[in-house]
Amino acid sequence: MKKFFLIFFIAIIANANQVLGSEAGMPQLNPEFWVSQIFWLILIFTSLYLIIWKIFLPKITYSIENRKSKIVNDIDEAQKLKERAEQKLSEYKEIIEKSKKGAKKIIKDSRKKLEKEIETKKNKYNEEIEIELKKAEKEIKNLKETSLSNINNIAVEISSEIMQNLASIEINKSSVSAIVNDLTKKEMVKNL
Amino acid sequence: MNLNPMHQFEVFKIGPEISLGDINLSFTNASLFMTISSVLILFLLFFGTKKKELVPSKIQLITEMSYTFVAKMMNDTAGSGAKSFFPFIFTLFMFVLFCNMVGMLPYSFTVTSHIIVTFTLAAVVFLGVTVVGFAKHGIKYLELFVPKGVPMALLPLIIIIEIISYLSRPVSLSVRLFANMMAGHTMMKVFGGFVISLGLLGGWLPLGFSVALTGLEILVAFLQAYVFAILTCIYLNDALNLHH
Repeated sequence: MKKFFLIFFIAIIANANQVLGSEAGMPQLNPEFWVSQIFWLILIFTSLYLIIWKIFLPKITYSIENRKSKIVNDIDEAQKLKERAEQKLSEYKEIIEKSKKGAKKIIKDSRKKLEKEIETKKNKYNEEIEIELKKAEKEIKNLKETSLSNINNIAVEISSEIMQNLASIEINKSSVSAIVNDLTKKEMVKNL
Repeated sequence: MNLNPMHQFEVFKIGPEISLGDINLSFTNASLFMTISSVLILFLLFFGTKKKELVPSKIQLITEMSYTFVAKMMNDTAGSGAKSFFPFIFTLFMFVLFCNMVGMLPYSFTVTSHIIVTFTLAAVVFLGVTVVGFAKHGIKYLELFVPKGVPMALLPLIIIIEIISYLSRPVSLSVRLFANMMAGHTMMKVFGGFVISLGLLGGWLPLGFSVALTGLEILVAFLQAYVFAILTCIYLNDALNLHH
């Protein structure tokens, strides 16, 4: 490898004269075509400048601006749609909340109404029951009383009949009843 | 085969001799390649703007990318006040870039490897910037040579240095481009010459160098166009905004 490089560099040095030699000097410093170059440069550059400025740059600007505004518009629209969707969502939530409240109120009201009704009906029935009870008690009392007097009457009749059949004696009804009443009173006292 | 590496920079006239009085204005190979570069630029722009699609095709993308590239570069260095100079900077960048790139083709001529061409461009930029500066700020533009916060004792020296640096702008601008292009192309030619003269045995190494250099030169071609344009923007910024 070392040998190769050595040969290489020797070759370069040997050839350097041929490569770099000959009349050195820069063609750039030869003023023969300077004016021509300046002239053509200014002519070509100016026309290039005018064409680019007047024709092409507006087109590029238009296309870039167009894209930019399109993107901005799209983003704007998306933003608007998003806002609208959010608004709709909140409206929807509000409606649900409202209806929930309404349902609660209705439930509460109907419960109250029912309770009230139940209460009034209860009271009514209680009163009716009370009246019935009183009625029944009265009836029972009456019945008791009438039955007592009936019993007395029956007892008087039976005893007077028995007396008549057994002893064939006509007995004064009032005296019999007096005796029976007396007995029953004694019995009642005993029973009570 | 002419092995002289400087031979490629030779200018010769094509077609009839055109002269205005004593002045020789003949169409040369340099003019031809300027024309070719310009036509290529126009082709690119024409096909790039033919269909203004929302989703760009490849060629439309290339034009729009070069547009936004120059626009961004300008906005970063010269600010938004330089917008009206955009067509000029864009043309300048595209012209130098295409001249450099066309020069990379074998047997072609590199327009920008001639000091007179680059100097003309730089002089236009320099004069334009100076005119813009005076038009915008009037005599106050001379404040550019007086940096703020410099002690009075140093001021005369600083002003002289500033003036020299200002006047050397076109020289540095033109020599940078010209020297880069010339050196690169000379080097490629030298290595190409080595390939020929060393033959099959030793020619492979310089051939490899040549290939590598071609890549490097394409990079340089782009970079120098970029540098030329960005320096123009910086000078423009000085003229427009005057802060030092």
